[in-house]
Amino acid sequence: MSFLTAPTLAHYLVLGAIMFAISMAGIFLNRKNVIILLMAIELMLLAVNLNFIAFSYYLDDMAGQVFVFFILTVAAAESAIGLAILVLLFRNVGSINVDDLGELKG
Amino acid sequence: MTFPTVIFYVFAAILVFAGVRVITTRNAVHAALWLVLSFFTAAGIWLLLRAEFLAIALVLVYVGAVMVLFLFVLMMLDVNFDNLRIHFRSYIPVGATVGALVLLEMALVLVGGVVKGGAVEATPQVSNTRELGKLLYIDYVYPFEIAAVILLVAIVAAIALTYRRRKETRYQDPAQQVKVRREDRVRIVSMPTEKRDA
Repeated sequence: MSFLTAPTLAHYLVLGAIMFAISMAGIFLNRKNVIILLMAIELMLLAVNLNFIAFSYYLDDMAGQVFVFFILTVAAAESAIGLAILVLLFRNVGSINVDDLGELKG
Repeated sequence: MTFPTVIFYVFAAILVFAGVRVITTRNAVHAALWLVLSFFTAAGIWLLLRAEFLAIALVLVYVGAVMVLFLFVLMMLDVNFDNLRIHFRSYIPVGATVGALVLLEMALVLVGGVVKGGAVEATPQVSNTRELGKLLYIDYVYPFEIAAVILLVAIVAAIALTYRRRKETRYQDPAQQVKVRREDRVRIVSMPTEKRDA
């Protein structure tokens, strides 16, 4: 078991990649449920943040952590607005099914 | 196997398991709780990488605020989640394929040996929070202000989107209150005084 050594940069990047792939699959699996879609996006941002912090640690550059800070800010804003839109949607349409949202007929 | 190695593998296993549960669980409230677990474990892994401030911020902001917001919305909306999972099984092949492809592409990049980490300082001389604060308030002060404005916009947008005027509730109109004159409120009636009885 050669990979069971002390965690290196590659370990963290693989973990980030796995988390990103899981949330990518989650977006396809739960394509009807807007709430789970938002959660999958949060998970995706978490994977990206993990990569940023791993690079920040192994390249000894604090700028990576500053970027994580900004990503956290934007992600919080995004989820707040997303949930507000969701509430509005449920109030007007009575459903959060993505299939019921085809109101715009092009 | 040193202690950090064990911690890394345990936390990574919990993180991956919680992530899988988030996307596969039947109940959306359970999905939110699994997401809380994955945020906690991610914070633990960030602590391993000496990002103490961000780990605590993740727990405070995400577990404390954003996930509570998620749970509020989940419990406020009366949604039948079973209807949303009718075609769940039919999406498994495409979902698994896309996930595996993404993982494969990232693995190809990693196996190619493009990324190499430098030597890491054994013990940092200053605290992580102090270092981050210096960087944030000196070098990145302009993006920091923009982040603050983004948060303000998010607050205004979230309130403006969900704000609802109820017809049955009585409101005060400050413009009307300011414009009011004495004549609108007081009417002096001149009439003769009444005689007291007996």
